[in-house]
Amino acid sequence: MILGITAAEKYVAAAYGVVFIVVLVYVLIIGLKLGRLERELDELTGRVRERRETEAERHEEVPVG
Amino acid sequence: MGLRTRENPLAALAALSALLVAAAIALIFFYVPTDADQGFSQRIFYIHVPVALTAYACFGWGAWKALRHLWKREPGADLESYVAIHQGVIFGSLTLLTGSLWAKISWGHWWLWSESQLVLFLVLFLFYGAYFMLRYSVEPGPARANMCAVYALFGVVLIPISFLAIRLANQLIHPVVFTLQGPQMSGSMFLTFCVSLAAMLTLAATLFHIELAGKRIDSRLRELRELLA
Repeated sequence: MILGITAAEKYVAAAYGVVFIVVLVYVLIIGLKLGRLERELDELTGRVRERRETEAERHEEVPVG
Repeated sequence: MGLRTRENPLAALAALSALLVAAAIALIFFYVPTDADQGFSQRIFYIHVPVALTAYACFGWGAWKALRHLWKREPGADLESYVAIHQGVIFGSLTLLTGSLWAKISWGHWWLWSESQLVLFLVLFLFYGAYFMLRYSVEPGPARANMCAVYALFGVVLIPISFLAIRLANQLIHPVVFTLQGPQMSGSMFLTFCVSLAAMLTLAATLFHIELAGKRIDSRLRELRELLA
C-alpha cells in the first residue's frame, strides 16, 4: 500500500486512466489534423484569390475599341 | 445554444456524451455498492464491458456499411465502414488493456491463453487490425472499396463467436454476468452499467462523426487541389 492506496484502487485508477488518456490522444490527433486542414484551406484560398487577381489584371489590360 | 445544437447535431451528440460520461463516473464512484465478492476492483467491470460491447457495435456498424456499399452502392459507405472499423480497433485495444488490468487484480495474470473468450477477442482485434494493412496496400478506388467491404463482412462472423465463446466454454474463469435468466447483478449495478454503456456508445458515435467529418473535408480539399492544379 502506497500513500494509503490499495492495490485494487491502483488497478481501477489505471483502467479508467488508460481510457481517458486514449480518448485524449485521439482528440489531440484530430486537433492536429484539423490544424493541417486549416493550413491547406488557407493555401487553396490564397491560390484562388491570386488567380482571381491575375484574371482581373488581364481584363484591365485589354484595350477597348 | 438550443438553436446552435439543432443546427449542429454533432455538438448535441458531443454534449450528450459528455453528460453521460460524467453521470457514469458519478454512479461508478459515488453510487454503486462495492461488490461483495471482488471488492473495489469490480468497478473495472463498468468500463471494461461497455468498452468491449462498443467495440463489437463499431465492428458491426462497419460491416453493415460494407454491406450497404456492396449491395446498394451507397455513396460514402466505404468511408463510413473504414471509420467505424477504426473506432472498433480503438475500443478493442481499450478492451484488451482494461481487461488485462482487471485480470491481473482478479486472477493474478495479465493474460490467460486458456481462456477462449480472451483469445477470440484478440483474434477479432487482430483481424480488424489487418484491415488497415489491406486498405493501405491497395491504390484508392472502387477495387479497394470492394476488397475492404468483403473483408469487413468476413470479420463480423467472429463477433457472435467471440460473444458466445464464454457461454459455450466448459472451463470458465471469465465471469458470465448476462445469462438467459437476465443480468446477474443488483438493480443499482445494472443501472450503472446501462448508463456506462450508453456513455461509451454515444462517445463512440461522437468520435465516429468527428473523424468522418475530418475525412470528408480532407477528400474535398484534395479534390479542390486537383481542380486548381
